[in-house]
Amino acid sequence: MLFAKSHRVLPGFGLSLGFTLTYLALIVLVPLSSVFIKTSGMDFARFVDVVTSPRVVASYKLTFGASLIAALINSVFGLILAWALVRYTFPGRKLIDALVDLPFALPTAVAGISLTALYAPNGWLGQFLEPLGIKIAFGPAGVLVALIFIGLPFVVRTVQPVLEDLDVEFEEAAASLGASRFQTLMRVTIPALFPALLTGFSLAFARAVGEYGSVIFIAGNLPMVSEITPLLIITRLEEFDYQGATAIASVMLIFSFVLLLIVNGLQAWTSRRSGKGE
Amino acid sequence: MADSAIILDRRKASLSKFERHFATRDRTVVRRIVITAGVSFFLLFIVLPLIAVFVEAFRRGAGVYFAALVDADALSAMRLTLLAAAIAVPLNLLFGLAASWAIAKFEFRGKSLLLTLIDLPFSVSPVVAGLIYVLVFGAQGWFGTWLMDHDIRIIFAVPGIVLATLFVTFPFVARELIPLMQAQGRDEEEAAITLGASGLQTFWRVTLPNVKWALLYGVILCNARAMGEFGAVSVVSGHIRGETNTMPLHVEILYNEYQFAAAFAVASLLAMLALVTLAIKSYIEWRASRQLFPETT
Amino acid sequence: MSIAVHNIHKSFGAIKVLNGVSLDFPKGELVALLGPSGCGKTTLLRIIAGLERADEGQIILSGTDASDKDVRERHVGFVFQHYALFRHMTVFENIAFGLRVRPRSERPSEKEITDRVLKLLDLVQLGWIKNRYPAQLSGGQRQRIALARALAVEPQVLLLDEPFGALDAKVRKELRRWLRRLHDELHISSIFVTHDQEEALEVADRVVLMNRGTIEQVGSPRQIYREPSTAFAYSFLGSVNEFRGKIEAQGVRVGTDLLPHVTTAFRAGDDVLGYARPYDIEITPGDTNAPGVAAKVNRILEAGVMARVELVANGPYRPAKPDYFEAELTAADLADLKLTVGQAVRITTRRLQLYSGVDRSVEV
Repeated sequence: MLFAKSHRVLPGFGLSLGFTLTYLALIVLVPLSSVFIKTSGMDFARFVDVVTSPRVVASYKLTFGASLIAALINSVFGLILAWALVRYTFPGRKLIDALVDLPFALPTAVAGISLTALYAPNGWLGQFLEPLGIKIAFGPAGVLVALIFIGLPFVVRTVQPVLEDLDVEFEEAAASLGASRFQTLMRVTIPALFPALLTGFSLAFARAVGEYGSVIFIAGNLPMVSEITPLLIITRLEEFDYQGATAIASVMLIFSFVLLLIVNGLQAWTSRRSGKGE
Repeated sequence: MADSAIILDRRKASLSKFERHFATRDRTVVRRIVITAGVSFFLLFIVLPLIAVFVEAFRRGAGVYFAALVDADALSAMRLTLLAAAIAVPLNLLFGLAASWAIAKFEFRGKSLLLTLIDLPFSVSPVVAGLIYVLVFGAQGWFGTWLMDHDIRIIFAVPGIVLATLFVTFPFVARELIPLMQAQGRDEEEAAITLGASGLQTFWRVTLPNVKWALLYGVILCNARAMGEFGAVSVVSGHIRGETNTMPLHVEILYNEYQFAAAFAVASLLAMLALVTLAIKSYIEWRASRQLFPETT
Repeated sequence: MSIAVHNIHKSFGAIKVLNGVSLDFPKGELVALLGPSGCGKTTLLRIIAGLERADEGQIILSGTDASDKDVRERHVGFVFQHYALFRHMTVFENIAFGLRVRPRSERPSEKEITDRVLKLLDLVQLGWIKNRYPAQLSGGQRQRIALARALAVEPQVLLLDEPFGALDAKVRKELRRWLRRLHDELHISSIFVTHDQEEALEVADRVVLMNRGTIEQVGSPRQIYREPSTAFAYSFLGSVNEFRGKIEAQGVRVGTDLLPHVTTAFRAGDDVLGYARPYDIEITPGDTNAPGVAAKVNRILEAGVMARVELVANGPYRPAKPDYFEAELTAADLADLKLTVGQAVRITTRRLQLYSGVDRSVEV
C-alpha cells in the first residue's frame, strides 16, 4: 500500500513515515480495532438485540435528533455570526472573534456544570423560564443547549475563511447585471458559501453525536427520556457488560466513520469548486 | 478640514473590504439586525456560561474558593492533569513533526488514506476512546491476564489516563502543521540542500522556523484538550480520589457531592486555562498574519 | 565545468517525461533549454542538479560520471522558479546560508562570510536591501538575491529554472540583459529553462529546443531561428502561415489552388505541410488567374513600422472552416498595393519551408 521511491533529495522519509505509521497503529488503529474484534465475537442475534433494545433506540433518537437540531441552529446562527464578524466592523468584534473558539478550549465538564447553573429550574435563566412552563435543564432541551454550545465554533470557523476570501467582484458583477442585494445574496453569495456551511454543519453534527462531558450534567440522564448513547456505553461498562458496551460503541463508530468520509468528501468538493486543490 | 480628511481615511482603512465597496455594503438596518442576532446568540450561548463559572466559583466567598483549590485531592488532581499533559503533548508534538515531514515533503501512495486516519480520533466519541483501552488493557481485555500476572495496572491507573489523553489529542499538532507545510512546498528545503546543508541543518534552520507559529498553535490547542479531557479519561480513570482523578474529574465529583462552589472553583482554573489558550492563540494568529504580510519599509 | 547527459529517461508514474535525451553542454556557455510547458525541460534541469534521479542514463560532470552523486556533492548553483528564498531570514542571511552550513573545518570565518556576501550583493547591485526580508522585495530583487545566494557557494555550474517566468514584462527585459552581462563577467557554465522563445534567442549562446521529452534541435539562436529543422521547431519559434497540400511539378497544390514552389526534397504526390513566416508572404491584388492561394483581405493593421494584413481563404483544403493567413509588409509596400477590406487577392510565398505532411508532431 505504501511504498517509497528509491531516491529522494530530502532525507528522513523512511524514519518519519515509519514513526508516523507505528505511532498511529499503536495509539489509534490497534485499540480501535478492538471494538470490532470484540463485537465480531458476539452472536449476531444478541448483537441485534443489544443495539435495538428500546432503551438504546431511545438514546439514538435523542442523541441523533438533538445533534441534528443543534447543528441546524448552529448553521443558521453560525452563518449570521460569521457574516457579522467578516463583513461589519463593530465594537467588540475582535474580542468575539477570539472567544468563538471558547467551546474548543473550555473543558466539557466545565461547560456542563456552568450550563446547568444557568438553566436549572432555580438557575440564572431557569428561574425565569420555569414559571412560563419551559423546562430546559434535566430534560432533552438541556441536551440541545449543551450541543449548541459545543458545536458553534465548527460552523463559524468553517464559514468565516470562505466568506473572507469571497471576492467583492462577484457581488459587483451581480449588481452591475441588475441584481438586487437580496437576489445577489441568494443566488451568488449563499451558493458560494454552501459547501463550507455543509461542512461546518457535518462537523458540528459529528462532534455533537459523540459529546459526553457537557451533556451529562444538564441532561438529567433519565432512561428513555434524556439518556444519550455515550452515557449508555458507560452505564453498560459500569455493569461490567463489556459486550453490550462494545456493541453500542461499534454502532457509534461506524456512524462516525461514515460521517468522516462524508466530511472528507465535502472538503474535497469544496476545494475543487474553489479551485484550490488540484 | 485636513484633519477630518485624515480621520475619515483612517476610519475607511479600518473598515472591512466589504464595507468599502458599494455593491457589498449592507443597509444599516440589515447590519443592525445581523449584528444584534449574531452577538445576542453569542452572548447567550458562549459568554454567559463563561461568566457563570466565575460568579458561581465565588458565590460562597473567596475563603471557600481558595480552600477548594488547596485541598489535597484538588492538588493531586492538578498534578495528575499536568503529568498527563506533560507526557501527551511532547509525544503528539513529535508525531506531528514526523507525520507532517513525511506527508508534506514526499510523494507516496496512500497519502490521503493516511490523512484520514490521522483525523480519525477527532470523530470518535471520547467515551469510545476510553472504552477501547479498557478492551485492550482492562481486566477482561486482550492483555488483561498478562498484565495482572505481572502486576501492571494500566486501566484505573495513571497509564490509562495518559493513553486516553494521547488518543484524544492525537491529531492536534499534525493537523496544524500538515496543511501549512504542504502549502510551503519543498522549494526552500531543496534550495538549502543545493547550498550544501545536511538534512538536519535543513530541518532546524529552514523547515522549523517556517512553521514555528503553527507548531506553537498546535501545541497550545493540544495542551488545552489534554488538560480538559473528560469523557475518555472518565472511562479509564476509576475515579480514585487523590490517585486517578484529573481536574475535570475532580470537578465532577465535587459537583455530584453538591459542593457546587468548590466544583466551580476548580472549574474556574480550567476556564482560565481556556482563556489563556485563546489569548495565546489570538497572539499567534496576529504574529502569523504579520509574518505573511510584513509591511514594506 | 562541462556537463553532458547521456540517454536520459524519466517517467512519473505512467507519464513519460524524458525519452532518451543526450546533450553536451560546453564549458563556459550560457545555454537555454527551450520548449512548451510539459516538454520535460525542467525535469532535465532538476536531474542535472541532482534534485531528481533519472530512471536511466548518465550525467557527466567534468568528464566523470556523477549520476549517483548527491546533490550536495555536485557543486551546482540552482535558482528556483519561485526563488525559494528562506522567508524567515534576511537577504544577508539568505546569501550567507550556504557558507554557514558548511562543516566547521571548511566554514569561512564570520568576517570572510560578511565580505563574500557584501561582494555578491554588490554584484547583483542590491547592497542597500541586505537587512530586508524576502516578502519585502520586488520580484526582480528576489530573483537577483536568489542568484546571489546560489553563487555564494562558488558553484561550478549555474542552473536556472524559468528565471524570469514570474516577472512582469518590463523587469523581465531588464533582467535578461543583466543576466547576459553577468554571464559575460563570470563565465560560469550556465543552463536556464524557458518557454519563451524570444528570451532564449536573445540571451543564450546556444539553444536546446525540446518537445515531448525529446530534443528537436540544438544550435545557435540564429541557426534555430533561420534553419528550423522540424515542423515543430518552425512553428514554435514564431508566427507561421500553414499550407497543407500535395506536391506537383510546379509547386504545392493547396485545395484547388497552386502555390508555386520548387523542391527536390519531396516527390510529386507527397503530402506536405508548408510553412511561411508572415514577412515571406506576397500579396497579388485582383481575382486573377495568377498562381497562388485565393483569399480575401479581412483586416488591415497599420499601427507600427510594419503593417500586417490578415487574409482569409474560404477553406481551400478545409471547406467548412475559413483559413486565416497573416502577411507582414512595410507601410510603403502596403500603400503601393492599395488593398481594401474584402478585396480578392492571391497569396504566394517568398520562402516556403516544407515538412512531410504525415508528420503529426505539430499541433495547430
